[in-house]
Amino acid sequence: MKLLRDIFDKNKPQFEKGGKFEKLMPLFESFETMAFVPYEVTPAKGGQIKDAVDLKRLMMTVIISMIPCLLFGIWNVGYQHALATGETMTFLEQVGIGALVVLPIVIVSYGAGLTVEFIFAIKKGHALNEGFLVSGMLIPLVMPPDIPLWQVALATVFAVVIGKEVFGGTGMNILNVALTARAFLYFAYPSQISGEVWTYLGDKTPIDGYSGSTTLAIANQASVADSSSVIDALAHSNTAISADFFSFSNLFLGFIPGSIGETSTLMVLIGAAILIITGVGSWKIIVSVFGGAYLTALLFNIIGVNEFMLMPAAYHLVIGGLAFGAVFMATDPVTAAQTEKGKWIYGFLIGILTIIIRVFNPAYPEGIMLAILLMNVFAPLIDFYIVKANKQRRIRRATV
Amino acid sequence: MELFNLAIKSIFIENMIFAYFLGMCSYLAVSKKVSTALGLGMAVVFVLTITVPLNWVLTEYVLKEGALAGISSDLATVDLMFLSFIMYIAVIAAMVQLVEMIIEKFSPSLYGSLGIFLPLIAVNCAILGASLFMAERDYSIAEATVYGFSSGIGWLLAIIALAAIREKLKYSDVPDGLKGLGITMLLTGLMGIAFMSFMGIQL
Repeated sequence: MKLLRDIFDKNKPQFEKGGKFEKLMPLFESFETMAFVPYEVTPAKGGQIKDAVDLKRLMMTVIISMIPCLLFGIWNVGYQHALATGETMTFLEQVGIGALVVLPIVIVSYGAGLTVEFIFAIKKGHALNEGFLVSGMLIPLVMPPDIPLWQVALATVFAVVIGKEVFGGTGMNILNVALTARAFLYFAYPSQISGEVWTYLGDKTPIDGYSGSTTLAIANQASVADSSSVIDALAHSNTAISADFFSFSNLFLGFIPGSIGETSTLMVLIGAAILIITGVGSWKIIVSVFGGAYLTALLFNIIGVNEFMLMPAAYHLVIGGLAFGAVFMATDPVTAAQTEKGKWIYGFLIGILTIIIRVFNPAYPEGIMLAILLMNVFAPLIDFYIVKANKQRRIRRATV
Repeated sequence: MELFNLAIKSIFIENMIFAYFLGMCSYLAVSKKVSTALGLGMAVVFVLTITVPLNWVLTEYVLKEGALAGISSDLATVDLMFLSFIMYIAVIAAMVQLVEMIIEKFSPSLYGSLGIFLPLIAVNCAILGASLFMAERDYSIAEATVYGFSSGIGWLLAIIALAAIREKLKYSDVPDGLKGLGITMLLTGLMGIAFMSFMGIQL
């Protein structure tokens, strides 16, 4: 530590005003921040701050809460690879393959995003914001394992520049950055992010009877063909691997193909617990997203026009990215509704819209991504009217 | 049920702004404040709800081929649809005049903040567009009314959502070149991505 501090102190003058690398100050500052800050410590006497929860700590908490998903995702990619190719592998081999697939995506996402952030920080002359740390982790977690790396980089750059930096950087974006990246890929390169890209196969061929589609795709097909109930359709998929590949417990634990980080509802719930206990994520949003989705699914069960509508409501909560989106994306404090009442409305509408898009829109098997983006657009409006109603209530109460 | 489906379809799936990019100029220009945007949106809803059925009546009993057959059998083959643009615009302009007078009388402050854009509703392409779509899709009178009203609601929803975002954007450090309309165009594009969630729903 001492050595590192000396290096920083020795080189600092070069970056300060009038120094050789004055322009690169944000770069230097952020490296210093990463290693030491807060370097300025409040004096023992007269300090007013009780607990220094700053943006950096907030972001780190979110990243920590995503680690279970990431680790599980790494293993699951290897596990699905072993299942699909019919090889027998030890646990470590599975993790190894998973890491080989997932880590490059993480590195590319961070590399591309941070480069853009640095350029903007230097250009604007302000310190680097920590905002991208979370987005850079979220982006790989919502990508399918087979995604080409250049697309990850392209989407990240697009999301950071158009989705965030043009609005003034961290804390000012309207749409969730990670979801903007995914939506960009979804509409720009649909073939690489939908269909049978959910399992990493490498150069191996899958065994007979293996279907690469996700739970939602199977459910969608069952509803379009109207042949058998979704539960039956799920039970008859991938029986070559194991008889209950898509059983409820497997769906909940996440031993299924899907985007890297979102398959396991259990790991997401662990993350949710960390977010709620530390007070970083809003429990109101998480609860209302799940509640809205569950109630809508129940309502559809009663109406029941096609097979997808008849799928038990609890299944909706464990398949696809609903849990991941509800916990890590919808709670994004920047793009969510800011008022407390607004959070209930915002979350509830996300839940409802997700199920509506899943069930009614044959174009998109998964609805959570677009539902959150749509509610991000309407969150300022919800806030506006909540604040307005509040003002009017107080004016009525006031007596002059 | 059919009418309800049509309403949902024209509010969300075939939103005037995000699916057809109609009525963009007042959408971008009058979306700085929610209250003004709401006023203009209401005016658009009102004008659309009146003009689309009115134009339907006009199309059905005057312009369509054979519509004039009741007057004289000589006119049975007359097709005046080539006049539809002019006729629709005339109806719309007359209605907008009416709305303008009503607003000026009842809400002078809203009248002041809408400024030039109120008369410009007359040439708002969302409004002419709705009438033309109505004629092209052979709606019935009930459908035409619902279509006019709900596409107005869709437009209203889009403009107040944008206005709420722009009120928030006042605190943003937007790059110099993008200030004002530039960032609003980008924003509209991003909102369009979000509205893609409804594309492809079959009702």
